[in-house]
Amino acid sequence: MADTSPPTPEPPAAATAQIGVDSWVSEEDQRREGRKWLGRTWERLPPAGKLALLTPAIAVPFLPLSEANIYNYGLFILIYALLALGLNVVVGFAGLLDLGYVAFFGFGAYIYAFLSGTHHEKGHVYTHHWAAQWSILTAVVMCAVIGLFLGSSSRRLLGDYLAIVTLFFGQAFVVFTNSADPYGITNGSNGLGNIDPLRFFAFGASFTVSSTRGYYWFLFGCVIVVLIVLHLLSESRTGRAWKASREDPLAAEMMGMPVNRLKIMAFSFGAAIAGLAGSVFAAAQTGAFPQNFGTQVLILIYAVVILGGTGSLTGMLAGATAIIVSFQVLDSTSPPNNARTLFYLSLVVGVVVIFKKSRAQMAVAVASTVALGFALHAIVHEVWPRGTSGQVTSGGYLTGAIKHWVLLPTNPNRLAVYGYLALIVLVITIVQLKGWWRVAVVPPTIVLTAFVWENLLIQQPAVTRYVLFGVLLIALMATRPQGLFGTAKVEIA
Amino acid sequence: MSSTPRQALGNLAGLGVLLAIWVFYAVYFSPTQGWTFFLQLTVDGIILGSIYALIALGYSMVYGILKLLNFAHGDVAMIGAFIGFGVLTLLGGPLSPAIPVVALVACMFVVAMLGSGFLGLAIERFAYRPLRDAPRIAPLISALGVAFFLENSVLLLFGANYRNYDGYDLISYNGIHLGGSAGVFVSYLGVMVITGALLLMVGLVALVRWTRFGKAMRAVSFDREAAAMMGIDPDRVIATTFFVGSALGGAAGVMFGLVYSQIYYLVGFLAGLKGFTAAVVGGIGSIPGAMLGGLLVGLVESWAKGYLNGNVADLVVFGILIGVMLIRPQGLLGTPALQKV
Repeated sequence: MADTSPPTPEPPAAATAQIGVDSWVSEEDQRREGRKWLGRTWERLPPAGKLALLTPAIAVPFLPLSEANIYNYGLFILIYALLALGLNVVVGFAGLLDLGYVAFFGFGAYIYAFLSGTHHEKGHVYTHHWAAQWSILTAVVMCAVIGLFLGSSSRRLLGDYLAIVTLFFGQAFVVFTNSADPYGITNGSNGLGNIDPLRFFAFGASFTVSSTRGYYWFLFGCVIVVLIVLHLLSESRTGRAWKASREDPLAAEMMGMPVNRLKIMAFSFGAAIAGLAGSVFAAAQTGAFPQNFGTQVLILIYAVVILGGTGSLTGMLAGATAIIVSFQVLDSTSPPNNARTLFYLSLVVGVVVIFKKSRAQMAVAVASTVALGFALHAIVHEVWPRGTSGQVTSGGYLTGAIKHWVLLPTNPNRLAVYGYLALIVLVITIVQLKGWWRVAVVPPTIVLTAFVWENLLIQQPAVTRYVLFGVLLIALMATRPQGLFGTAKVEIA
Repeated sequence: MSSTPRQALGNLAGLGVLLAIWVFYAVYFSPTQGWTFFLQLTVDGIILGSIYALIALGYSMVYGILKLLNFAHGDVAMIGAFIGFGVLTLLGGPLSPAIPVVALVACMFVVAMLGSGFLGLAIERFAYRPLRDAPRIAPLISALGVAFFLENSVLLLFGANYRNYDGYDLISYNGIHLGGSAGVFVSYLGVMVITGALLLMVGLVALVRWTRFGKAMRAVSFDREAAAMMGIDPDRVIATTFFVGSALGGAAGVMFGLVYSQIYYLVGFLAGLKGFTAAVVGGIGSIPGAMLGGLLVGLVESWAKGYLNGNVADLVVFGILIGVMLIRPQGLLGTPALQKV
């Protein structure tokens, strides 16, 4: 988690076109001074201090939550943090794009599920009730071995080709577990259900983790251990060699590093961590089902890693928290008003970010947004009464404001579809415009966004979140590819 | 863009031997009906393969010029299929078309191709152009984001249910029976798909080989900086390439809808993966390679469906891809990538 603490040759700073030239290097000290004191203090903390500060920050907020919320938020954040930490080894440290990573998560879950339950499939009966420590260990070791095999394909393949082979590996896993397994070990699309909780026993004593809180604390311990291991690893000979081979494999090879072996090791290490996450995940949801390991999960893990910043361990925790909280809030089972609050908050944040440089522009934009909403509502109410006579979907404390500001037609389906398409065009326009032109386009865009949100998106939050993650990946790549905590790449041409 | 004739000839000869062994095995040792069954699968495979070849061309062109894997290409094809469906619905549906069927089909293709082409332009402008000089990993992740955005937007707007494309009612249930009524059946629809794909491919080859744009495209894909110094605007050439590639993808989407007669929001993902397989098997960056690869993938999928079963077919196709990538990453007609230092 402290990959920024020793002065690295490439200082963490926003990438500009001038990056890497002499003047840029000489200004580095000023830039470091100019950073806010919070960031400076954080950089100077020793790793143990960071861990001591972070641990309660992750753990405490979940203590007063109900069981269901601990499961939905705490447990998922930790599982995705673990997955992101593993993927970070492959993508962040070693710089290999592994699009089949989610398959290792699946392998871990299926191996654990297979070894801890009785399953009747296609005429076979498989009964195993292994002690949890052995089934988790088996899952981790087997994932590491499979990772070794998949990683060995990186001997011959570079960059994109590796990404494709791993993507197909992930797809093959989904197809296999869903339908193509001849012995019924995976039980097809029904998955393996009804498996044992984490039951450790050794030397006659046994210890069972079965409550949600228990899983939460167990995973918490796993994350801390993995964090410490990865921190030590990233500062070790191997970690430095990974980073060197990421930056320039050829130069690393010339310096005598076994680049191929390093790549395979990274794959195997990441796979082992995913296997650990998978086995605990299977135990916590008492089953392993093929739909848990599809492309959507892969995108989610990548969103965590990219948002957090590839290569940064702290970033993985922050990214997992941000992504999973917004993911679970935008779930169809979560109260819709949470999603609504999150949505309007992010609109406000968006406006602040767009007009960071000019207070006057911001004031004008906000005022005209509010005015435009009410004016449009009044006009439509006179001209076309049906356009404002719809109902607010479970509005809560915002009902009044929405009712008078957003247009709510009685049967909005088709209008909302057109609104969505128009919104894409408007957002694209905003990106293109600058200065006061932008101020002119922002208010209608926000009003339209609110219209589309209230009439279309809030009815299907579970789809909306994936749309938003897609946009997030594109926007992050275009604006801040190093994520929240990552270090900007210095590209010296 | 392609390997030396001798190498290519050698690869093709090897492929021919493998195919001959397979045909012999399929016809003489397989428990099913022998020649007719085999030929029927082959015909279906060729129809499928021409669709994959069109998708593969889009991948291959973009890769050739930008060295970028456009993961979103399959979803562009899916959008094309949906645009075609929209045109079909607007003009009265397959059972009571408002204009002659030929004109209707032509309309579907033209509108879908234009729509996907412009979508491709927008994707290039917003997802890829800002990343022109970024590390290699960035545009790949951006491409994943685009694919995800497109799929889920369609899910959001049109729902998860299948849309009935109904190509058979539109064109005809009939077809040609080769070798008597028990013989091989080729539907008119299939004939149309194969001819359409062939025409588009011929058009593309002509475009690349004989026009100024084609020359510029080859120059940019060979060396972007040098081309820029010769007065070619690389951004414009790249954008046009995206337009052409995406338009071919849109046409493939409409054909896909016509052949399978139903579409839904995930249709692009698998079709895109297979199109990509085709591009890789043929040698990515090579246009004839993409056509050959598409044909092969279509044939293999069709045979695997017939002789094994539908679930395994995808695994077989993926397995072939991984095998080709490991043994011969440059594909059948590609040149091995030289690493210059």
